[in-house]
This record gives sequence, C-alpha cells and structure tokens, in this order.
Amino acid sequence: MLRHLLRRAAGFAVTFLLISVLVFCMMEIVPGDPASAMLGTSATPETLAALRAQMGLDAPAAIRYLRWLGGLATGDMGVSFTYGVPVGGLIRERLAVTLPLTGLAVLLAVGIALPLGVTAAARPGGVADGAATLYAQAGIAVPNFWIGLLLIMVVALGLGWLPAGGFPGWDQPAAALRALLLPALALAIPQSAVLTRVTRASVVEVMNEDFVRTARAKGASVSRALWRHAVPNALVPVITMLGLQISFLIGGAVLVENVFTLPGMGRLAWQALAQRDLIVIQNVVMVFATIVIVVNLGVDLLYTVVDPRLRRRA
Amino acid sequence: MTALAKVSGASFRLRRPGRAALLVGGILTAVLVGVALLSLVWTPEDPARMRILQKLKGPLVSGLLGTDHLGRDVASMLMRGAFNSLTTAFAAVGLGAVLGTLAGVAAAARAGFDAVLMRICDALFALPPILSAIMLGALLGPGALTAIVAIGVFMIPVFARVTRGAAMQIWARDYIMAARMAGKGTARITLEHVLPNIAGQVIVQVTIQLAMAILTEAGLSFLGLGLPPPAPTWGRMLAESQTYMLQAPHLALAPGLAIAAAVLGLNLLGDGLAARLDPRRRQAS
Repeated sequence: MLRHLLRRAAGFAVTFLLISVLVFCMMEIVPGDPASAMLGTSATPETLAALRAQMGLDAPAAIRYLRWLGGLATGDMGVSFTYGVPVGGLIRERLAVTLPLTGLAVLLAVGIALPLGVTAAARPGGVADGAATLYAQAGIAVPNFWIGLLLIMVVALGLGWLPAGGFPGWDQPAAALRALLLPALALAIPQSAVLTRVTRASVVEVMNEDFVRTARAKGASVSRALWRHAVPNALVPVITMLGLQISFLIGGAVLVENVFTLPGMGRLAWQALAQRDLIVIQNVVMVFATIVIVVNLGVDLLYTVVDPRLRRRA
Repeated sequence: MTALAKVSGASFRLRRPGRAALLVGGILTAVLVGVALLSLVWTPEDPARMRILQKLKGPLVSGLLGTDHLGRDVASMLMRGAFNSLTTAFAAVGLGAVLGTLAGVAAAARAGFDAVLMRICDALFALPPILSAIMLGALLGPGALTAIVAIGVFMIPVFARVTRGAAMQIWARDYIMAARMAGKGTARITLEHVLPNIAGQVIVQVTIQLAMAILTEAGLSFLGLGLPPPAPTWGRMLAESQTYMLQAPHLALAPGLAIAAAVLGLNLLGDGLAARLDPRRRQAS
C-alpha cells in the first residue's frame, strides 16, 4: 500500500514539474517585457533596468523558474500588472467562486447521472433505458456554454427564477448559491450525460456477475440487488470518469463563467489574456493544471478505498 | 496505470452500437460535410455582407434563418461556419492523431520509452485546450493556428493511449514472433504489422475526437480565441447572440443546434464504426 502511495506521489511530482516547465517556457517565449509594459514607451533605460531588477527579471531563466516554483509553494506569485495586487490573493479570491461552482456541478452531475444510469440498467432495453440513452447522446453533443445561454433565456430572463449573471459574494451565502445554480447546471448537464452512460454500462456489467445472481437467488429483491450489491461494485469506472472530467469541467468553467459573468478563475484567465497580464495567465494555468493532477491523484487513491480488489493488488 | 488509462474509449460511445448508429451518424455527418463544401461555391447570401436595414429579422422574414445584428444572413453564416469548424477540427485531430499514434506505437515497441511517454501524456492531458489556447493566444494571438495547436496537443495523449494499448496487444501475437524470426526489425514490424492492425481503432478514435474538436473549437471561438472575424464561426455567432437574447432569440438557437447536430452525428458515426472496426467491440457485441 505504502509503495503504491509513494509511486503515485512520485508520478504526481514528475507530472507537476513537466507542466511547470512547459508553462514557464511558453510564457518565456511570449514577446514583450513585463517591465516595459508597466512603464510604457516613455520610460528611460535606467528606470526600466531598475524595475527589471526589482521584479527579478534580470536573473537567468533557470533562477526565475526556481523562484517561481518556490513562489507557487508559498503563494507568493508576484504582482498582477493590471490589477496591481498580488496574484496569489487574486487567485484565492477567484478560486472561492470557481471551486464551489465546479463542486456544485459535480454534485448535480452525479445527482442526475446515478439515478438515471442505475434505473436504465435495471431493465436494459426498457423505456427508462431508452430515455437515458437519448439523454446521454443529446447531453454529450450540446456545448455547456450554449446550455448556459438557453438557461439564461428561459429560467433567468423568461421565468425570472434565478439571476442571469454576476456574483454577490459569499457574505450573502443564499444569494451566492442562487447565482451559482444556473452556471453549475450548465456545466453539469454534459458531464451528467457522460456519467449516465458510464454508470449504466458499469451497472449492467456487474448485474450479470455471479455474486449478484447469488444475492437474487438468496431472495434479495431487484432493487436490493441493484443498490446494495451492484451499484457499490460498479462505482470504479464512474469515479474514474469523474476524475477525467475535471479537465473538461475546468475548460467548461472558463466558458460558463464568461457566459454568466462570474468573477472566477476562468474569467480571470480570459481577462488576463485580453490585458496581456502574463504573470496572471502563467499562474492561473499552473493552478488549474495542479488541480487537475491533484484530482486525478485523489481518484487513483480513491480506487483503493472503493474497490477492495485493487487494495489487495496494491 | 493512471486514471486516463483506466477508461477505454468505449465509455464515451453509444451503448447499443450497430447499424442504426452508423446510418444516422453517417447521414448527419454527410449533411455536415456536404453543407460545408457547398458553402465554398454557394450560400444564399455572402456570409460577410452586412445589411443594416435588415438587421435582427426573424427566420423566414429575411432569409431562411433570419439575420443577425449586422443584417448578415444567418443561414449563410451557419453554412460557412460548418466549413470553418470542420477544417479546424480536422487539422487539430490530424495533429493529435499523427503525433499521438507515433508516440503510442513507439511506446509499445520500446519499453524504455513507455514510462517517459506516459508521464508526458499525463502532463499534456492536465492542460485543458482552453487554457493552452489562452497561453498560445498570448504567444501567437487568437486565430486558427492557436485553436488547432491547443486542441491538437490535448488529443496527443488520447491517441497515444489508444494506440499504445492496441499496439501492445498486437506485439503479443504469434505472427509478430514469426516476423521477428524472419529477421524483420522493430520499425518494419511496426509499419507492416502493427499499424495496419490498429488502423481501425485509430479511425474510430479520429471520428470521436472530431466531435470533441468541434465542441472545443466552438468554445474557443465563443471566447474569441478561434478564427478572427469576418470569418463566421458557430462559437462566435453564439457569443454575439448574447447581446440580443430578448430581441432575437433565434440567433442563439441556430448555431447551438448546428453544433449539437454535428457532434451527435460524429459520435454516432464513431460508435457505428467501432462496432465494425474495433476488434474489442466486435467481440463484445
């Protein structure tokens, strides 16, 4: 078990370092000097040199890379050129929107997919199965930002039930949750379609296994065999898919935050591009990528908790 | 084994593969490709032609699908948008498929290369295309190249995983041993035996990834990271529709439905093809 954990942690470290080198190198070759961007064209060479020294831009690339890595660990990621505030604080502020948004989307996706997939699997070829298959096909095909637009048109502007955009802040928790509900739903629908399909396929497979048949032969009802025996054993592929989807969820968050004008990480990255605030782009991308690999590491470790067979093998 | 490797491509595909999926998917895809090609020689109007007096007209009032805020014909923009969307998607998937397949078969052929490759794949897969596009956007500016590279690079690990797994199965076969004993080298065996035997799975994956690429391209265009104006793209049409949601809801409906139909068609086609070309699926069905 310990060896398995160590191997996973080492894999995580290598992936993290590879991404950090990739991101650093890409931002390194972007034309334009942050110091001259801050000072404008009228700056004297002396002022420019002084600011470059102050920002640490005069150091060799390798040193700057190591400083950046150290800064990532301590949260000291430099100062945003456009906002004039520390990037670390900016990211923390925006994560307070993006993390609850994606968390809520995952909850909604699981909340839709699990009952739908399991009901479909209870009677393959039945009406519920047909409906679930249709939902899965359609849900995967529609872009989340389009669902967002439709939800704004119908639920926010048409019915007036929920806000069409903006975020009031967490000092008003109820209003904040209401503001996140539609964007989370827009993110959740395509994810739930994928999850429905995986859940259904996985439960159907497990329902055909001997231990479920034994449970049925011993008198367990269909729903008990399904929920008590089949579903817990069918969860590994579902959890795997959840882990894989984090990458798509984050990409989706960038889009959906822009549709609903939510002040999250995705909108920050997009605005930073418009303002060429390179230091913000570099750190936001790195934080997002770290979230993706941490979630995948977590999923890998979760297998061992969920599936005893894997625990023994590990 | 990492999380990505644990889910086979099958999970993304239709449950009941076969003729219906192939037929419906084939028809939708043929219509998409047909419309895209037709737009090169004919559209009802010039998609870039602005007629301010005709702006925000509803479907059938002016043209089949109405006009946008600049009086451009929505149907014509959708048609040319199909071409723009497909070409970007094809180029991106081509990039991902070629590099990914090369990496996958190389990893299967040489064990030493395998671990390194899988780590690089993990790293590439941790960067969602939209984030890569934002970084590339800073480097190259928004445009087709940014979209193609961002989507294509994300697809390299997908193709590498699929081809690596498939190629490893081929390498374990007896006829490979026979080929080795006949004196064939690794490169020649890969070319003559491995690649032809995994081609079916690559074709299936290309179809499915085309659907993903169309979705992602629409997202990038929505953010302004795709083809620059005046070239019409489905994503930008949706972005522009946001301002006129109340006056002209049709502007938000048509491009969204076009994206959904294109993605649905390619997904179904991929599934139908999988039932025929992918040996694992053939055995399963």
